[in-house]
Order: sequence, then C-alpha cells, then structure tokens
Amino acid sequence: MNPLIEKIRADFPILQQTIHGKPLAYFDNAATTQKPQSVIDTITRFYTEENSNVHRGVHRMSQAATQAYELARQKMADFLNASSSAEIIFTRGTTESINLVAYCYGEAFVNEGDEILISALEHHSDIVPWQQLCIRKKATLKVIPIFDNGELDLDAYKKLLSAKTRIVAVNHISNALGTINPIKEMIQLAHEMNIPVLIDGAQGLSHGPVDVQDLDCDFYTFSAHKMYGPMGIGGLYGKREWLEKMPPYQFGGEMISKVTFEKTTFNELPYKFEAGTPNVADAIGLGAAIDYLGQVGWETIRTQEADLLAYGTQQISAIKNVKIIGTATQKASIISFVMNNIHFFDAGTIIDQFGIAVRTGNHCTQPLMERLGIIGTIRASFAFYNTRNEIDRLVDAIGKVNELFE
Amino acid sequence: MTIKETIEEIISEFSSFDDWMEKYNYLIDMGKSLPMIDDKYKIDSNLITGCQSRVWLHSEIKDGVIVFTADSDAVITKGIVNLLIRLFSGHTPDEILSAETEFLDAIGLKDHLSPTRSNGLLSMIKQMKLYALAYKAQEKPV
Repeated sequence: MNPLIEKIRADFPILQQTIHGKPLAYFDNAATTQKPQSVIDTITRFYTEENSNVHRGVHRMSQAATQAYELARQKMADFLNASSSAEIIFTRGTTESINLVAYCYGEAFVNEGDEILISALEHHSDIVPWQQLCIRKKATLKVIPIFDNGELDLDAYKKLLSAKTRIVAVNHISNALGTINPIKEMIQLAHEMNIPVLIDGAQGLSHGPVDVQDLDCDFYTFSAHKMYGPMGIGGLYGKREWLEKMPPYQFGGEMISKVTFEKTTFNELPYKFEAGTPNVADAIGLGAAIDYLGQVGWETIRTQEADLLAYGTQQISAIKNVKIIGTATQKASIISFVMNNIHFFDAGTIIDQFGIAVRTGNHCTQPLMERLGIIGTIRASFAFYNTRNEIDRLVDAIGKVNELFE
Repeated sequence: MTIKETIEEIISEFSSFDDWMEKYNYLIDMGKSLPMIDDKYKIDSNLITGCQSRVWLHSEIKDGVIVFTADSDAVITKGIVNLLIRLFSGHTPDEILSAETEFLDAIGLKDHLSPTRSNGLLSMIKQMKLYALAYKAQEKPV
C-alpha cells in the first residue's frame, strides 16, 4: 500500500475493525464519510472541558465556547471562500438548508404561475421541498432532463430557463451516479436572466475545493458528515443580498434582537436564521474536519480518488453480468452498477459478508431511477482512505454473487 | 406438523451448516422453490412495507387454516419468506398468533440477516400475524 495512504488510514479508528471476521472495506462514503481521530477528539474535548452555551454569556466558558463556535463559522467561510462569515448559516445539514431556502426564499419571491427548475439527477431532498413550495404557491416544478450516461442536457436547460423561473436548484455532484455537473456554466446562464441558483453541495465538498465567489452561486448547501465531520451539522452559504431579503425560518433564541409582547425585531445575519441553541460541539467538530482536509491536502485527495475511480471502473466493468450506471465524462469517485437478473438486495447481502460496505437501493433518487428504467443500483463510493486492494476484494465479492445467483 | 415441530426441524437443518455461504445457498434454494403467488395477487395492497426488495404476501383461509403464498424480486428475500410460509402456512389463526419466533436468532438469521428494515424479516412476521388476527376477528372466515 502507498505509505501515505497507510498513514492516512491510521487517522481513522473505525477503519481498523473487522466485519464478519474480515477487515472493513468502507465504500459507502457518499452516504457518510468516516471521522478522523482529530474530529472525534475535538468533540470529546468540547464536552469534557469546554461545554457552555454560546452568545450572551459573560462568564469565561461561555465566551470561550462562543469564540470556538464563531471560529468554526469563519473556517467554513474560508473553506468556501465566502466573502464573509455572516453568509454561513449553520443548520442540521443539506436537507435542512434546502428546506430553509425553499421556505424563506419561496415566501418572499415565489408566486402563482412561477416556475422552479430542478434536474432529473436530484436527491429527494432537492425535490420535495420545492414540490411543497410549488403546492403552497401554485407554482410549477420543471425538470432539466438527462442523457442516458447521466449528464444533464444543457440545451434543454437553456430552453427551460424562462422569465417565469424564480430559482434553479441542482446538485454539484450526483449522489447516485457521481456525475459532476457543469455548475459554473449553469449559474452563468441563469444569471444572464437574473435567476438565482442554489447548489446542493452534499456531495460537493469532499472531493475538491469549492469557491462560492468564483462559482457566483447564490446558495450552496452542505452536510459536515459527508466531509469527514460529525453528523447533525451542516450549513447554508447564501449571498448576503438574498439572505437579507428573506424572512426568518424559525423563531426564538439567538435569532431575536428585541422582543415585546407587541413586536419582535430579528437579529442580524447569520443569527437571523439560527433559532435556538446551536449545535456548538459539532460545529467545532466541522472546523476540525476542515483542518484535517487542509492537512491531507486536495492534491493527495484528488490523486487518490481519481486513481480509485479509474481502477474501480476498469475492474468492475470487466466483471460479467455487471453494467455501470452513470458514465459521465466528469465524475466523482462514485461507481453505481446493476447486475443482470440479480436484485441489488441479494448482491448487497452477499457483498456485506465479505466485510465490504456498499449501498444498495434507489439512493433517495426514485425519479432518477425511473428515468433510467431501473429500481436501484449497487453503489460503491470511494474516499481517499480507500485502496486498490479493497477494490480487488469488492471485485472478488461480485464474482461470488455471480456464482451464487446464476 | 405443529409450528413447534417445524421450528425444531429448521433449527436442525441450520445447525448442519458450517459457514454463512452454506446458509445463503440454502436460503437461495428455498427462494427458488417458493410457492408462487398467483399473479393476480401481486398488487400494491399485498406489498409488505419495510423491505428493500418488494415482497407480495397473500393469504386465504381454507377449512380454518391460513394458506400463505408470496413472491419477491430478490432471491434471498424469497428464501426468508418461504421459511416463514413453511412455518405458518396451514395453521389456524390461534396457532400462528401464539407462535414464538425467537428461534430465528438461534439459527443465526439474526447475525447474518439482522431483522432491520433492509430484509424486512420482522415486517413479514408482523404481516402474517396481522392476517391471523384479522381472520380470528372475523370468526366466520371468508
């Protein structure tokens, strides 16, 4: 094994264990990534030594916790190259962030007869909040179609953008197929018609750098647990001009400036969108994950993941009875595949016996599966701590599946 | 054969397996020999929720005993449902309702097929017992 990857693997305690008596090969990174020791230690240290509620406290520990929480926000802002940490709203994750925008932007800017434009590649979390908005506002949901290889049809996209379109919401990287969408170009096209764009970045922040100013996106949503951080925290980047114009999402706690029984005025950004006591420990944990990614470096991450994708694609596509679903030119390290006449549940159950974690099913993308004419796939999603040897084990396991079910 | 006797028979079959692969081979064979449901019963209202694969379960009552037929699009799931049919089919609602299913742990189905949403083992048992309860409530079964 590459000594660098060996060293990296030692940072992740969970990777050291055995499953069904075999070393764990964890290929479910698109669902959630594992956590390095530094993230785990940071959260433990917070609850062991620093736990205190943030903001308003005058006592020493509260001030320290506030500082640590706001430092995490600054780290996230720097990670995305946002122009200000006030543009980073902490939420529970991508799903909550999209719901926030669908609700608050929708309240302010979407009316009867308007259109919301999403894509056929979207996760349910980037479909249903918009669908519900359309029901509330009597608006229409429009869908950018895809080609059979899993790439978006950009000509169709251009035609779908209209004077009625109020917002475009697309994912950066497809969780089900791995397609990397040309979001910069798509944002530019929408902006030519003054239409804002939300990017579902759930899969977008673990594979390479994202610069929201360079992309010029209006909203970018993310989940910490898919970028080596803790579960239960994530966020929303939003351009200040939009966030200022949107009404609050939930009410109470830190989002308030002044309350009388007659009237309440709301706090400034970003607190306006953070009702209640925030998830301080996990925000700080997210900060630790960002630090960790910085130590490993994008070059190492990209090199290793590109190698795994190329090697995995070559090896898996060579197995009889296997068809890779999603063959876009630009792909992240995600390989989805189906097996002829073998149900993904049967395949996944056997693969699990080899200590290999893959995901099976529709990956919360039922409309996409329907478009592709399948009910689900087996998905192996690689992180930089995975190895070629683990892929070889997956290939053997798939061979065993063929043997058992043919 | 009583349900208890069937359980003992199944436990004895499973105890002869040396590894998980033999166990799965057995379930796959069981899956292939599942008493097939009539196509007209493969409808959404007969689908069991909580399974990653689709499972259709149909029941009829004949001479006081319930007869189950089923199908699934996954073979291992078919094997599991066939095991349960072997257990419950041909028994009265009372016998089915009072049957203990803890033995599934003993034969290692808990280890290798944990009763979670993914294989729907528990959902299947629950659905079969619900049918039994419904027939019992009707008193004069259809």
